[in-house]
Amino acid sequence: MSRDSQISSSKPRSPLGRALAGFRGRIDAILVSDDKCGLAPEELERRLIELGFVEGAAVEILHEGAFGRDPIAVRVDHATVALRRREAMAILVT
Amino acid sequence: MNIATDLAWHFALVGTPNSGKTALFNALTGNRQKVANYPGVTVERKSGALKTPSGRNVTIIDLPGTYSLRARSPDEELTRDVVLGRLKSETPPDLLVCVADATNLRLSLRLVLELKRVGRPLLLVLNMFDIANRRGVKIDIARLSAELGVPVVTSVAVRRGGTEELLKRLDELTLGCAAAAADSTWQAPGSAELRAAQRQADAIIRAAVHMPAPDSLTAKLDAVLLHPVAGLVILFVILFVMFQAVFTWAQPLMNFISAGFDALGALAHDTLPAGLLQSFIQNGVISGVGSVVVFLPQILTLFLFILLLEDFGYMARAAFLMDRIMGGAGLHGRAFIPLLSSFACAIPGIMATRVIDNKRDRLTTILVAPLMTCSARIPVYTLIISAFIPAKQLWGWASLQGLVMFGLYAAGIFSALGVSFAAKYIFWREDPSPPFMLELPDYKLPRLKSVLLGLLTRAEMFLKRAGTTIFSMMVVVWFLASFPRPPAGASGPAIAYSLAAMIGRVLHPLLAPVGFNWQISVALIPGMAAREVAVAALGTVYSISGGKDAAQQIGHVLAGQWSLATALAFLAWYIFAPQCASTLAVIRRETGSWKWMAVTFGYMLALAYIAAFATFHIAVALGAG
Repeated sequence: MSRDSQISSSKPRSPLGRALAGFRGRIDAILVSDDKCGLAPEELERRLIELGFVEGAAVEILHEGAFGRDPIAVRVDHATVALRRREAMAILVT
Repeated sequence: MNIATDLAWHFALVGTPNSGKTALFNALTGNRQKVANYPGVTVERKSGALKTPSGRNVTIIDLPGTYSLRARSPDEELTRDVVLGRLKSETPPDLLVCVADATNLRLSLRLVLELKRVGRPLLLVLNMFDIANRRGVKIDIARLSAELGVPVVTSVAVRRGGTEELLKRLDELTLGCAAAAADSTWQAPGSAELRAAQRQADAIIRAAVHMPAPDSLTAKLDAVLLHPVAGLVILFVILFVMFQAVFTWAQPLMNFISAGFDALGALAHDTLPAGLLQSFIQNGVISGVGSVVVFLPQILTLFLFILLLEDFGYMARAAFLMDRIMGGAGLHGRAFIPLLSSFACAIPGIMATRVIDNKRDRLTTILVAPLMTCSARIPVYTLIISAFIPAKQLWGWASLQGLVMFGLYAAGIFSALGVSFAAKYIFWREDPSPPFMLELPDYKLPRLKSVLLGLLTRAEMFLKRAGTTIFSMMVVVWFLASFPRPPAGASGPAIAYSLAAMIGRVLHPLLAPVGFNWQISVALIPGMAAREVAVAALGTVYSISGGKDAAQQIGHVLAGQWSLATALAFLAWYIFAPQCASTLAVIRRETGSWKWMAVTFGYMLALAYIAAFATFHIAVALGAG
């Protein structure tokens, strides 16, 4: 995480996986903390980046699934990506 | 150089999913396409030919969509190997054509930056440029090209003449190709490289592209279609309409086809001398193939819906809506598309599971895909339903027959959820479930041409199957049902002395508890070749035992000879019916193991038996025996 800490802002950051529909913010860091995702943390990080989740990108939660508000549809800059909240926990936003 | 101009150039189309790569491929190659398999792997190889304005021959291959050359699935491995020129069976491409959706450049530009490292000549095509213009996306092409260090050209794959500039550009580029290939410096990027490349791509976009607000139409549609409640209701309404359509819209065309084959059969009957050959042509060939071809309208109706929804951009939404429901059963949201294709046929469905990069998810999906009611079961269902279920209207708009059909589909779906749930606990108790991540593309109006091209391919595949596998099975069935000939002076129907009857009688004691008679037992065997063959086989069995007129009215005959309980048990059996030989072969090939094939066959046989047994005895208890 050290390599990303220089862009963290003064606002407190929280995982996107906990945000509700309508949330708007910016990605502060991609930080895969748990390994319960069925993927190695490094691999999950790479996949998130490949879908456009990089530090500084604007994100907005557009939609939530019917059950447990999961999965979520997230606008990342100009594209929309669907993912589960469990993976979205690795996306820290402010 | 003179020699080189005579040879065909090899171009490879690369791009992210949803970039309109396939539409561009269709526009460039039209019907000069060839679909085959790469040797040794099960990835489809789509290639096509085109001529540039100056008359150069070009072979284009359409590679599976990918976000990175960092391969995560067999499809993506193949893309990587072709792009890098590592695949022995493929000529290394002279030019990489990277296709990007002009309205959504971010991820594509990152891919371009990665492709540059491969060292091959590269061209970036900004596809769907008309939509980008209409939406107010302003792209400074010269600047973009300069920043990327890659030639850039625009195209509108779906419009006539929309690829002219691209073709012109290809012509210019082929001249420089031979000398241009440099050494590859590509290495699988780690997260730091990916991050750096994405930042670079974002900087280029800031410099060369003006992006307006996101598509408001997509946002408005999604507000309804992805609504937690309304979205799910709409999804189920779409599925319901789809099945009602399959059952009712296709009917006039089916009547027409079936009348055509009847006429053909009558013609054969009248022109050929009575005897073995007449029986073979009329009962074996014409009524056999006819009873399968007649279902073409239904299969095409189903595929029409699937292709329209896919092109419209709804399929990814369906995966989103279904993810939690399917996830609870241990399935991936992405499994929704392969499973939906399995409604047409389990074979393309199982092949489509390649989009699931996780092995465990893929296996579960393959395991349950044959439970989705494939179109080959439609003939069986249609036959039994129209023979035994009254054609009544309920509430003035829903047909009872359609409703039963819907119920059979629902039974398949729920059992698939149950089986995958069980598989989760039997095979994968330890593993956590893998992620679901999927881009939701903007909605687009489906294009008539690409839908028609897709339908044509499906029709071709089905007719080819009807013409080969099914036809040869029909010959075998006819043979089994006709030989040995009855002894002179025999009193019973000829089939009672045949091989088919012998096999049927051997199996009958095993199947009697589920209410099947020996004729059904006979028909189940060819049904293994392809499920719809069971219908034709029943026709053969009954027409030969009941005289020539029966072949035209299998349903009528069945209604007279089977009890309702037997008919219902037969339907229940076919929800699970041990799948056709070709499905088993595909499972064996896709999983690379006999074990999974055996597991699938075994569990489906067990479920079929249990379901038919329960249905039969409940129906008898309710007085339908």
